[in-house]
Amino acid sequence: MTNIPETGRTPRVQIRLVVIQILVLSLLGTLGGRLWFLQIRNGDEYAKEASGNHVQQVVQPAVRGSILDARGVPIADNETRLVVSASRTDLLKMQDDGKAVLTKLAGVLGLKAEDVIQKVRLCDAKTPQPCWNGSPYQPIPITDKATPRQALQIRERSEDFPGITAEPEAVRRYAAPGKANTAQVLGYLSPVTDDEITKAKDTDSPYLRSDQVGRSGLERQYDKALRGKAGVTRYEVDNLGRVIGKAKSDKAEPGANLVTSIDARVQRVAEYELDYAMKVARTQFDKITGENYKADSGAVVVMEAKTGRVVAMASQPTYDPNAWVGGISGKDYTALTGKKSNYPLLNRATQGQSAPGSTFKVVSTAAAVEAGYAFDGHYPCTSSYSVGSQVFKNFEGESFGPISLGRALEVSCDTVFYGLADNEWKKDGGINPKKTPKDFFYKAAHQFGLGKETGIDLPNEVTGRVPDRHWKSSYWKANKDAWCKSGKKNGSYVERIAYENCLEGNRMREGDSINYSIGQGDTLVTPVQEAAIYSAVSNGGTLYAPTIGKAIVSADGRTVQEIKPKVNGKLPVSKATLKGMNEAFAGVVTRGTAAWKFGGWPQDKIPLHAKTGTAEVYGKQTTSWLATYSKDYTIIMTISQAGTGSGASGEAVRKIYNALYGVSADGAIDKKKALLPTPQRSLPKIQTDGSIDAPAISKDPAKDQQASQAPKDGTTDPNLPAGTTASPTAVNRVTRRHKARPPKRRGKRILT
Amino acid sequence: MTGANNFSVSGYGPERAGWTRLFARDSLARRLDWPILLSAVALSLIGAALVYSATRNRTEINQGDPYYFLIRHLMNAGIGFGLMIGTIWLGHRTLRTAVPILYGLSVFMILLVLTPLGATINGQRNWLVAGGLSLQPAEFIKITIILGMAMLLATRVDAGDKQYPDHRTVLQALGLAAVPMMIVLLMPDLGTIMVAVVIVLGVLLSSGASNRWVFGLIGAGALGAVAAWRLHVLDEYQINRFAAFANPDLDPAGVGYNTNQARIAIGSGGLFGTGLGHGSQTTGQFVPEQQTDFVFTVAGEELGFVGAGLILLLLGVVLWRACRIARETTELYGTIVAAGIIAWFAFQAFENIGMTLGIMPVAGLPLPFVSYGGSSMFAVWVAIGLLQSIRVQRPMSA
Repeated sequence: MTNIPETGRTPRVQIRLVVIQILVLSLLGTLGGRLWFLQIRNGDEYAKEASGNHVQQVVQPAVRGSILDARGVPIADNETRLVVSASRTDLLKMQDDGKAVLTKLAGVLGLKAEDVIQKVRLCDAKTPQPCWNGSPYQPIPITDKATPRQALQIRERSEDFPGITAEPEAVRRYAAPGKANTAQVLGYLSPVTDDEITKAKDTDSPYLRSDQVGRSGLERQYDKALRGKAGVTRYEVDNLGRVIGKAKSDKAEPGANLVTSIDARVQRVAEYELDYAMKVARTQFDKITGENYKADSGAVVVMEAKTGRVVAMASQPTYDPNAWVGGISGKDYTALTGKKSNYPLLNRATQGQSAPGSTFKVVSTAAAVEAGYAFDGHYPCTSSYSVGSQVFKNFEGESFGPISLGRALEVSCDTVFYGLADNEWKKDGGINPKKTPKDFFYKAAHQFGLGKETGIDLPNEVTGRVPDRHWKSSYWKANKDAWCKSGKKNGSYVERIAYENCLEGNRMREGDSINYSIGQGDTLVTPVQEAAIYSAVSNGGTLYAPTIGKAIVSADGRTVQEIKPKVNGKLPVSKATLKGMNEAFAGVVTRGTAAWKFGGWPQDKIPLHAKTGTAEVYGKQTTSWLATYSKDYTIIMTISQAGTGSGASGEAVRKIYNALYGVSADGAIDKKKALLPTPQRSLPKIQTDGSIDAPAISKDPAKDQQASQAPKDGTTDPNLPAGTTASPTAVNRVTRRHKARPPKRRGKRILT
Repeated sequence: MTGANNFSVSGYGPERAGWTRLFARDSLARRLDWPILLSAVALSLIGAALVYSATRNRTEINQGDPYYFLIRHLMNAGIGFGLMIGTIWLGHRTLRTAVPILYGLSVFMILLVLTPLGATINGQRNWLVAGGLSLQPAEFIKITIILGMAMLLATRVDAGDKQYPDHRTVLQALGLAAVPMMIVLLMPDLGTIMVAVVIVLGVLLSSGASNRWVFGLIGAGALGAVAAWRLHVLDEYQINRFAAFANPDLDPAGVGYNTNQARIAIGSGGLFGTGLGHGSQTTGQFVPEQQTDFVFTVAGEELGFVGAGLILLLLGVVLWRACRIARETTELYGTIVAAGIIAWFAFQAFENIGMTLGIMPVAGLPLPFVSYGGSSMFAVWVAIGLLQSIRVQRPMSA
């Protein structure tokens, strides 16, 4: 190095050597630059990718919580099936990839070894079924029909079956205890969709691909609580998927149990009686339409009057919720949702709405008192009420002279309410209203909670409708073009209506207010709204948001989150007026419109109150309503196209009360036979191991009920339609007015 | 440097005994190029650590002994070191006379590969397996091509007959290189062919051969590449590697898997790396051939930019000093041999590291000193011996 030797070589070689040197260094420089780019510039990105390489998740689905009735009887729970699974990662650790173990397992399960081995191979383009399509880190199910004996054999000799597990796994089951299927209230599950997975990704309860999600009813309302939290174990794995370490493990948290206020026995009785009442109605002849009643749908709600808790809620037509378990078949799906199905998935108690008929008079009465008419005043119950050329008749043209509001409720005198409503309409300025009309009758409806959801803990409740000025104007705006187009002054009935609506459909007409006062016309209510209102009348005026969920109890029973009844408001009714109403509704049972169905009821011991209703629907048969309450319970039953309230539902409702209080047909009370003489207060006890202390439930409480009644009262034959057995007496003559009703009245009424 | 006194250096410097002689002025030890030597040793030791990290978990190849590859790598390096000493002792000039024999021997060996004695490993029939030992003769071909061409090209220039090698000589030299290259092409060992072409280019450049030859060779190389592709000389997988290089996102689970995983490994290393033995890509064995061709990814992941940069730096030192040796020696023979070695090391290192970084297509070439593999280790250490010999034996200003 000290001496630079004389190379004696030509400059050409020297220059080329320098070129080579520069070239070499620039190559190294390129590598250095690229190295910097990968490691420093984009290092984080690659680090992220690297970590994704090595972690695999094994998911342990959480067991869905049960839905229990008020006493702890499961109405939706899980069926355990013994599932034998193989862990691929464990099998691959063996010399022969687990072939020997799988062959032995096949022997125990009574399967072909070949089939079992094929089941655990992974699916790819070249592998035909059977093969495993899921995550290779998830245990692969071999069979879900293992007998306990087989499972024991596998578990007890676990050293002979490395990587094989025999675990009970949960599948949803709607047990229908005592034949109470409770379908629409429970709802159903179906697999989670991609959309939902993406949406729930960053929330605190993300979905797994294997998850089932509540789609309606309680399953949907309480989905989050019922679902629990899946356990996730993250394994570090190498390039062949062999586990080289456990990174993180979250244990699965089983879903909580939902305790409801439903009593499975009462539910069964309610379902049975609703169905039976509808069957009976279909045997009855409707003189107006000249054919038998169709009784195409119906609902019944049994509610605790003092809390708003739902004891039973049935809807017809109905279906078997188990159809959804394990994926619904195309045929079943069409049967449940097709045009011909009449939509059994709808819960008619919360999603069915119709005009309330005379059951609405509870609102009108309150409104009248608010407007300053004394409850005990004297109001003319004439046989008809005339406005200009229009005549509004009493239901059957009867007249009772001047009567109090209470008596008007009792005998369901329409003309009393016509007069009061018409008076108020005139005070508010008539067809050209004042700037701030008082609208007592409409305000009262809103104060009674109509026109909006009750807030029951079921999804997709409908609001019903209060046809007030606001509604009329917006409805008119939405429809006037169509009306004005099709309306003709002297055309058919529909054309004349359209013509009138086109002209003044935005105004509150005299006839509208008069019709409205007796719950006819455009007013719509849901059975559960009625239940809330009559419960409030029963309990002294507190309007509850109905609830079905009573408590969410963790799977180990340790944490109990009670669902308290929620107050929606107070009825705008004074204590005195309530007392008067109570007496009037009791009178309906003893001597009013429902008396013919409640003969022999032990009214002195268990005072019952009722209001009947018969709502007219254009082009259809009348909707029957029966609103009843005792001091403990409210029962609302409505059947579409079934005639009068008392006629169609009287027997059924009475039988539900019979079951609740243990009353036999002759009025004797047997406390032992009472299913629920007072509402269930305490929550069922859930043990730390997850077992539930639930009382036994008989095979079919509805049949028990019949059996307990039949011997005493030989005349009640459950196979005979009720309407044929009980013939009305002179006392309930008024209920028969249906027959005498002039058929043309409807047309006239609507024409006003 | 024990044993330095056991070999005689051909007559330069005064004769002294023992340690004094070893470190005396102009002694062998003094004239050795220490930066090259130390860098090569350092690279081999780093390689040992990386090979250990890459193989300690690979139970399917390390026969249950986590140190299996570590020990063998160190043994290979030791043998290589011995070969270097032997080369220095013999001297490149002595070897010059033996070139015909060495050339014949190495060509014979690669021919043997094509006989049933040869073995195919990883799709390449470039192994010679005999008595439990396996050898890749193609590694030694690189040396004999350099030595053979240098001999032919330099003889008449060093004798002073000519200023530059004439066309006939160049042709002879090319013919000498072409024979083993044709055989390697039959294996087909694409990596070795590419290295050989670059070596021939480096040799021709440094010999002072006419520009026409240089550019002609580059053109011929390009033509050869097209021909190789068109005539299906290459195997499917080799073409796929180029396809994957051209389009890195192509089939990341298949063809592009190697490069993709290699890039993830290096990229995730960051500045300081995860620490030796803590790289998840390495522990999880996501990068195939990680102890041999993809050993650089271990450095990238576990030692980070600092460690991988150190490897580049050490390679730079070796190449920089080699360039100096090439320029400083007075005889063309030494210059050509040094330049051939530079071309070899530089291209092989660039190709090997470049493919792990995704800037070169994948070809089965080991990283000099660092990759696990006996033949390669022996060959590069012999090359170091040749460089040392050229430096030690350079004619002093006389």
